[in-house]
Amino acid sequence: MHKESELRPPLILGDKTWHDITEDVCRPVESKANKWWWLAFSLAVAALLWWIVAVSYTLGTGLGVWGLNKTVGWAWDITNFVWWVGIGHAGTLISAILLLFRQKWRLSINRSAEAMTIFAVICAATFIVTHMGRPWVAYWPIPLPNQFGSLWVNFNSPLVWDVFAISTYFTVSLVFWYTGLIPDFAVIRERATTKWRKRIYTLLSFGWVGSAKNWQRFEEVSLVLAGISTPLVLSVHSVVSMDFATSLVPGWHTTIFPPYFVAGAVFSGFAMVQTLLIIGRKVLGLEDYITIYHIDMMNRVILITGSIVGVAYITEFFIAWYSGVEYEQYAFINRATGPYWWAYWSMMTCNVITPQLFWSTKLRESVFATFIISIFVNIGMWFERFVIIVTSLHRDYIPSSWTMYHPTWVEAGIFIGSLGLFFTCFLLFARVFPVIAMSELKTIIKSSSEGSKKKHAKSVTQEVNV
Amino acid sequence: MEKKYWKGVEELNNSPEFTRLRDNEFFENLPIDELLQNKASSTSSTSRRDFLKFLGFGVAAASLAACEAPVKKAIPYVVKPEEITYGIPDYYASAFFDGNDYCSVLVKTREGRPIKIEGNKLSSVTNGGTNARVQASVLSLYDSARLTSPLSAKKKATWSEVDAAITSKLSQSAAAGKKIVILSSTLPSPTTKKVVAEFSAKYPTTEHIVYDAVSYYGLLKGNELSFGKSMIPSYRFDNAEVIVSFAADFLATWLSPIEFARQYAITRKLRDGKKNMSRHIQFESTLSLTGSNADNRYKLKPSQLSSAVANLYNKIAAATGGASVSSSATPQDKAIEKVAQELLNAKGKSLVVSGSNDPNEQVLVNAINHLLGNYNSTINVNQECNLRASNDAAVIELMSKMNAGEVGTIIFWNANPIYSLPNSKDFQAALSKVGTKVSFADREDETAQFCDYVAPEHHYLESWNDLEPYKGYFNLVQPTIRPLFDTRQPQESLMKWAAMPQADYYSYLEENWKSNIYRMQTGVTSGQAFWTQSLRNGVFEVAVTAASAPAFTGNVQDAASKITKPGTGVELVMYEKTGIANGAHANNPWLQEFPDPISKVCWDNYFAILPSYAAKMGFKQGNVIEVKVGNVSVKGPVLLQPAMAEETIAIAVGYGRTNVGKAGNGVGVNAYPLVTIANASMKYYTAATVSKTVEDDYPLAATQTHHTMMGREIVKETTLSAWLKDAKAGNPEEMIETPYGKKKVEDVDLWASQKNPGFDRPNHSWGLGIDLNACIGCGACVVACNAENNVAVVGKDEVMRSREMHWIRIDRYYSSDVTKENAGEKGLGKLDMYGEMEKPAAENPDVVFQPVMCQHCNNAPCETVCPVVATTHSSEGLNMMAYNRCVGTRYCANNCPYKVRRFNWFEYTNNEKFPYTMTDNLGKMVLNPDVVVRSRGVMEKCSMCVQRIQYGKLEAKKAGRRPLDGEINTACAQSCPTNALVFGDYNDPQSEVNKLAVDGRSYHLLAEIKVKPGVFYQTKVRNKEEGKEA
Repeated sequence: MHKESELRPPLILGDKTWHDITEDVCRPVESKANKWWWLAFSLAVAALLWWIVAVSYTLGTGLGVWGLNKTVGWAWDITNFVWWVGIGHAGTLISAILLLFRQKWRLSINRSAEAMTIFAVICAATFIVTHMGRPWVAYWPIPLPNQFGSLWVNFNSPLVWDVFAISTYFTVSLVFWYTGLIPDFAVIRERATTKWRKRIYTLLSFGWVGSAKNWQRFEEVSLVLAGISTPLVLSVHSVVSMDFATSLVPGWHTTIFPPYFVAGAVFSGFAMVQTLLIIGRKVLGLEDYITIYHIDMMNRVILITGSIVGVAYITEFFIAWYSGVEYEQYAFINRATGPYWWAYWSMMTCNVITPQLFWSTKLRESVFATFIISIFVNIGMWFERFVIIVTSLHRDYIPSSWTMYHPTWVEAGIFIGSLGLFFTCFLLFARVFPVIAMSELKTIIKSSSEGSKKKHAKSVTQEVNV
Repeated sequence: MEKKYWKGVEELNNSPEFTRLRDNEFFENLPIDELLQNKASSTSSTSRRDFLKFLGFGVAAASLAACEAPVKKAIPYVVKPEEITYGIPDYYASAFFDGNDYCSVLVKTREGRPIKIEGNKLSSVTNGGTNARVQASVLSLYDSARLTSPLSAKKKATWSEVDAAITSKLSQSAAAGKKIVILSSTLPSPTTKKVVAEFSAKYPTTEHIVYDAVSYYGLLKGNELSFGKSMIPSYRFDNAEVIVSFAADFLATWLSPIEFARQYAITRKLRDGKKNMSRHIQFESTLSLTGSNADNRYKLKPSQLSSAVANLYNKIAAATGGASVSSSATPQDKAIEKVAQELLNAKGKSLVVSGSNDPNEQVLVNAINHLLGNYNSTINVNQECNLRASNDAAVIELMSKMNAGEVGTIIFWNANPIYSLPNSKDFQAALSKVGTKVSFADREDETAQFCDYVAPEHHYLESWNDLEPYKGYFNLVQPTIRPLFDTRQPQESLMKWAAMPQADYYSYLEENWKSNIYRMQTGVTSGQAFWTQSLRNGVFEVAVTAASAPAFTGNVQDAASKITKPGTGVELVMYEKTGIANGAHANNPWLQEFPDPISKVCWDNYFAILPSYAAKMGFKQGNVIEVKVGNVSVKGPVLLQPAMAEETIAIAVGYGRTNVGKAGNGVGVNAYPLVTIANASMKYYTAATVSKTVEDDYPLAATQTHHTMMGREIVKETTLSAWLKDAKAGNPEEMIETPYGKKKVEDVDLWASQKNPGFDRPNHSWGLGIDLNACIGCGACVVACNAENNVAVVGKDEVMRSREMHWIRIDRYYSSDVTKENAGEKGLGKLDMYGEMEKPAAENPDVVFQPVMCQHCNNAPCETVCPVVATTHSSEGLNMMAYNRCVGTRYCANNCPYKVRRFNWFEYTNNEKFPYTMTDNLGKMVLNPDVVVRSRGVMEKCSMCVQRIQYGKLEAKKAGRRPLDGEINTACAQSCPTNALVFGDYNDPQSEVNKLAVDGRSYHLLAEIKVKPGVFYQTKVRNKEEGKEA
């Protein structure tokens, strides 16, 4: 009983048949990598090596090799942590919320977006561990039964909430992602021509046979996981924001933080999806699957969440003024005009002004403009966290303790290295996993009707010509 | 039937072949013959004998290695000394004097190691107070730069060798009629003076010349010109209602700062119903610690100060009928007129002092005090101060004698002229003409390196001595540890060289006390009992018979004609910093890392310049400039220092040491060469030329880089007149805006309810009150805390990264020209207002000090955010840290509104990158065994000396009572010379802290954020009219 609107354009172009999809998606997995992949992979691994050097140096010597001081106890470390966690949010939103809202266009992008989520959360987790003074006891904030006496974690601490939020998020995202991958692994298994590939994908596909029962369970599990994931989209970054909101640092102590952080997370996440997929669709030849329509849709999300973030920025200033609190007012004046004004105005430019360009349909549908703006948003959202963390801390209550923060090469190394870690994972993913959920995607092609419609149209034209 | 089992069919058959093999031990044919014929083995160089040798060597080596078991230095007592109990400290009364500061002290020792210096309350001079230098002195005992044995020609020697050589040299000098010069710092010790006298008797050509690095010759000479006797009187700031100081930094470095700080604070405190305060007016060129505490402070160029004194004299003389003198005008003459009136109003209850080394200026100061009738009230000429006796003229004369070859032997005793003389190059040249050069220096310092013999002295904590800082005030110095190295007291060396009969200085000292000093009193009837009592108390004080004040006979006309006339152009002034002072303790890392109370810079000295003047000259902070005085030039960095006088550049002496040890070598630049010699005395200011160099900027490490309060109510301040009208002046109740109108902070609570009335403090509730009116900002508490709590020294680089570890800091704020109140009048919008408020009022800001340590909040924001409960609250109101639970997220430090938490960014122990106190074994001896040494990656902070609280509670429990108020004290409160910090139990209704807490001046820092601190402050009160000069 499939009722189709005639006006609705197809979600996938190029009159793909089921077989075409399988071929297109499996090609990167089954063929040899081209030189571009190798180039990108080498760069990513080089950055990853820098990460290894910088992290080893930090672990071996002490956190003093970073630029932190008695007043600014967090800076790039937590900036990067929040930035990575935020980026992850797009994946969950696409796969869970859009699934519940039956947005079929998500099917072209959800696989990569979820992969991005997983890798981003891994990157974020590395910052949790490396920022600790004694990372060798990094497991202490986890409520494990222990032999230290009656020692338990402090359930009042937002950092413990973080532990729960992030670990739940990672687990659910991983399971959700893997569940989606099972039918596709089975496809690769069936197509495998070599022994080891067959064995590996057999293992990965958990004995999927594509039976109706399989599919029914698949759908059910997907729906359940989507149901679990949906609140996570809202809760994870809300909890992260509480690291700041429950403190009493002026500029952190703000009730607006949870929704503002969630909007910001979705905003940055979609920007990162755009960045990745605009390259990915080109390199992997998936322009027919990830179409201008997808780009446009995601740009709309960016426009909306960007506007929410912009309103939040302005609201913070209003509340600072309205509260009449000396410290709060100064914190915000200091953000905009203090020694870190450049960070604040970079943030405002990248996050508030650039996404407004997406009111123009032309720009929204321009691959090039989207790519540039997505980069801007990525940068802007990094600065947002930097502004919140560093400019609030460096001048808080007691002016005698006001300091400046200057990063070191080690911190730069760990940040750039975390990008290396991310891209190493992502590039490997693009080579060995199907980057598009092909089995599910096949449910939305209109191969039968589209083909015949076009054939019909063609014959009508011919008749007219005759 | 017995069963039989065969091993094989061969046994069953039992063939002869089998039987033969069975009887053979080795079944198979052994290739022995082949082996013996083996050519390879027979030609091998390793013979059987070699094998035996190797075996023998191996056994011997193994047994030798086994003999050398690692030596464990921490061995238990086989026979425990009676007075030592593990874990229980012993205190010994002693005294500190380093040629500069005098302080009566108690030395805390643990298991035989001195680990902390505390003030001796029995002394009526210092009365339990200390300062940063006294607190740090215990660390100098464990200085690895100290010499471990005598040196002869720079090589290690034994005492007998050195003694024999020196004795013969001395005899040669005496026989040849050449002088034997003892060049020492001031030695205010009666017994030492006796030793020197006996030495002089043995070698009649001996001359004892007193040379202090920073001279008070002008003061001595000025008094000689005024009263006919070279001496320094005692001052009683506590009797003064009006104090006028001309560049005398009497709270930090001048003469006897610990004593003066205490006296001064008595006049400033508004406690126990006292409602009056002294007026303190300071005229000075630099911003000194004393000047920053003044009610009114006037800036004058160094060369104008003498004329200002003369002008003040004229005003006083005009009113009291004295003869007027000729003088030059100064820019502050209007103020001087008012000050004169105030002094006249407080006749007989005022005090004028001057820090100048010009005898003539001191004569004028004496004349002013004389006309005001201050002698015998605030100044006592009969009770002479023995703390300074340097004789500039004699030192200058000495050089010509040395050059003339008249000096046969010179002995340096706590004197380092090659470092601290302005013309040290000339001195060095003159020194080469001296036959024998001997130094008592404890290290191979700048002078000792040119000496033939170094007979290193003990640290004062290893020494016997006595001191008489003031006439009739005696203080015994006793050793608290066996000498760490093969060193010897200079007194004992002199006794040996003079072949005196006494075995050692100790017996000589005891004898002198039992026979001579004992006679000065009548209360104790045996010499032994007197000696024991004096040793136990440390101090012995006898009343000085009051003679009538000697007549003032100074020639004011002559003095006025000889004082410096105001000069034009750039002037340079040398001063002493509160931490390093004259530079003798430059190798003490606690003092190097001790931030200067005014500039907050550590590990350096610098040229301090008024910002507006620096801008005029084109200098920026950190620019390296060259200052030339005559043909001496010194390069150093610029520090923009508000409140400096125009056209004045100030630099601290005591830096730029080259031979003091690894912590102090090369820190800062030596400013002594810039001192000039005029009229046979040292002159600490001079005209100079300044130019910018092309050198790269030199970064300075400061613990505070933001200098104003930004209009926040952090240090609350009022004036005396306002406070007299309203006990809560300047300290209005903190109110919070609510939908139901303004409410008191206490009345707004998210959590309080019937069920939750407050905090449960069933036993004790510890707290600390800090009187900002008594705090002078000297920083004794900072070093005391370092010593008590094993606080790491991190070095200049780390301080530049704002990572100093101090648990207590003293915030220093300058007032700004723009305030929230006047921003509107000045037409400034909010943005501009904040921008302007960041700038200290450059010309002459008010200065406030505020000690800040962990405030022990009852609603502690740090405690709720720690994921692992590493920081928690005790039922006694203490915010506690469990270091070994800390995982180092630093969330607590971020959430601390007072920013008092300190993170261990590195491992500061056993780390060659931090070679200060906790890396070498010697330095570690100073560690307090009651306090954990923190490891890398954990947070630390003030514990309110929980170890002392615990000790005090246990002592009280053993005695079956509650701890008494004042019995338990924190290190900071105990070290304070002004008693500005008061520690106690809020649960004890009679405690002093409780009384202070309810005072109208008391407030909590950042009360509006409602963290409910356990520490409170008391408003600073200035004795001046609001908004008016003088």
